[in-house]
Amino acid sequence: MNPDLAFLIEVIVGGLLSGVMYALVAIGFVLIYKTSGVLNFAQGAMVLFAALTFVSLLERGLPFAGALAATLAVMVVLGLAIERAVLRPLVNQPPITLFMATLGVSYVIEGAAQLAWGTQVHGLDLGIDDTPFEVGGVLVSRFDLFAAGIAGLMVAGLTAFFRYTRIGLAFRAVADDPLAALNAGLRLPRIWSAVWIAAGLVALVAGLLWGARLGVQFSLSLVVLKALPVLVLGGFDSIAGAILAGLIVGAAEKLSEVYLGPIIGGGIEGWIAYVAALAFLLIRPSGLLGLRTIERV
Amino acid sequence: MRAALLAGAALLGLAGAAEADEQYFPLQSYRVGPYAAGGTGFFGGFIDYLNLINSRDGGVNGVKLTWSEGETQYEVERGVEVYERLKSRPGIAARNPLSVGIAYAMIDRVTADKVPLITINHGRTDSTDGRVFPYVFPLLLNPYSETSGIVAYLGTRAGGLDKLKGKTIAVLYHGSPYGKETIPIFETLAKTYGFKVEQIEVPHPGNEQQSQWLTIRRLRPDFVVLRGWGVMNPVALKTAQKTGFPVDHIVGNVWSNSEEDAIPAGDAAKGYVAITTQASGTEYPVIQEIVRKVYEPGNGNLADKKRIGSVYHNLGVLNGILNVEAVRIAQGRFGKRTLTGDEVRWGFEHLRIDEARVAELGAKGLFHSINVTCANHEGEGRVTFQQWDGAKWKVVSDWIAPDWASLRPIIEASSTAYAKEHGLTPRDCAAEEQADAGTRNTSAEHAAAESR
Repeated sequence: MNPDLAFLIEVIVGGLLSGVMYALVAIGFVLIYKTSGVLNFAQGAMVLFAALTFVSLLERGLPFAGALAATLAVMVVLGLAIERAVLRPLVNQPPITLFMATLGVSYVIEGAAQLAWGTQVHGLDLGIDDTPFEVGGVLVSRFDLFAAGIAGLMVAGLTAFFRYTRIGLAFRAVADDPLAALNAGLRLPRIWSAVWIAAGLVALVAGLLWGARLGVQFSLSLVVLKALPVLVLGGFDSIAGAILAGLIVGAAEKLSEVYLGPIIGGGIEGWIAYVAALAFLLIRPSGLLGLRTIERV
Repeated sequence: MRAALLAGAALLGLAGAAEADEQYFPLQSYRVGPYAAGGTGFFGGFIDYLNLINSRDGGVNGVKLTWSEGETQYEVERGVEVYERLKSRPGIAARNPLSVGIAYAMIDRVTADKVPLITINHGRTDSTDGRVFPYVFPLLLNPYSETSGIVAYLGTRAGGLDKLKGKTIAVLYHGSPYGKETIPIFETLAKTYGFKVEQIEVPHPGNEQQSQWLTIRRLRPDFVVLRGWGVMNPVALKTAQKTGFPVDHIVGNVWSNSEEDAIPAGDAAKGYVAITTQASGTEYPVIQEIVRKVYEPGNGNLADKKRIGSVYHNLGVLNGILNVEAVRIAQGRFGKRTLTGDEVRWGFEHLRIDEARVAELGAKGLFHSINVTCANHEGEGRVTFQQWDGAKWKVVSDWIAPDWASLRPIIEASSTAYAKEHGLTPRDCAAEEQADAGTRNTSAEHAAAESR
């Protein structure tokens, strides 16, 4: 294969696989937003908390499965606690109030995580070899492929859950019209609790994969910065949109850094995704696959 | 929590013994936030050494060392707030923020308040010129000397500096003023030695580097110099592995050289080499003494004793040694009492710790030596290189002297421009040194004079 073409493919493949990692975090946002209209800024802190809890339990001698189960339980409790103690008392408040509440929750979780488990940096080995393999002159990361597989499984599971289970259908009903869902006899508080638990589980999966990639440290909470343009592009209420936008953002930022960076100055991938997201926002405010809101005025 | 209690105890001690001679260190530390791992190690080591001097010697010639901490989370505005909050306390010896951003914000303040600002291994390169920056001390290693040391080491790897001609060196730098500080000197050294340099920026915080490493893969450089900070370092090592770049051809700078940088990268870090001014490990007598006299009685600052002897902890201990010796030297001139910041600045300007004194301090092998003067606030620190074996760092080179002679004109050009821009008149160091004639002894001679 032509080396330039092989390099281009490598950049695109690497970008797509990175994009899956961004989408993993974005899905946690989507779950909460879809059913309660809250942009949960604490999702990044939940990712940090999950990974830090897991690795700390592992280092204290718990077996992998035991640490995973215990962290799962902690994330369930955390999700419930946030919903009960913060969001439920604020129900019917303006969206900006709810957003600010999650911002506050984010700082509380970050502080609590460091207080409980310390500030030390930890390595996390999930047992997946990260040496690359070559396909037609193109290097592909084993770990990123594994992460993409996990993300795929998670999306498939969530899709099946929303389509084929009673509670999943109830989620969708609440997402479509909370008042109509309430009239139909659905218990909104129970559904909101369930969705916060689900967001906690997504945070655990994202925390383990990002933790293995970066090391488990405070910076894990900054992965939200990668998820935000994905949300804008994909739509805040679409899981499929998050995946699609993750792939687009991942590929676009790598291509622009590699090919545009040397021309306009390096280090552009941090903001180029936001430029793309903002441009898209002007054309389609609800995102690629987000629900278009139609209001009678 | 433990650190906060210890800091509180130090404050109580300060209040309870206001009459006794004390030398106070206000610490703008960071024990939470993204850079807490470095902060806890460095400030832990610094406090451990101050504790050792108090418990073993009763302070410096009877002057007790005190300190208190203010949390900055490595943020400039918090650092400045802590500076202002702690500046009214009496007997301030020096400021040691361990942050480029906070240090930059403090230069005018310390100059007005006449307190030395210590930026060990970091800070503005041109602050080496004490004629223009009388209160700023980038002790041991400024960024240009660091770059020169790295290039000298790469020269030995290539078989001689002349063999660097025609080679390609990629520099992966953090997208911040700290990261960009060495761009010009790499360009200059590339011209001097005939190698090609490609400088690639990683946007803060550096948790995604696929495109940078793919670019490196296409460039096929002979070496990569990693000028990172925080999460950027393990991600660089992991992404290098992912893109097939050999890790032993990556050389980290002085803020990419800790256990916290290597451990999260797992196997990808095995063979990684980084520069340092101080060796890691617990085998040095001073570290052993800290274990015995500070940690065994339960006064150690690190919550996790396994971190004793780590890179950041040993850097903190070394920083403690340099601060304490500056106070000791200044006492030799001004008297065994609480000194003013300006008097301690004089001590730093006469900080001469030769290899014999390093051995006396129990730090032989931990660091090489330092020789600070009025005009040279860096002090000709030597560097060495260490390699990560998967569990710990192992020293793999001799002590290397950067090429100070060729760097000095570049530093002076920059400091002269700074002086012009700020309307400063550079000091006449020759005249000051003449006035101080006879006072320039090693800290060993000062210690010997004290015992007489």
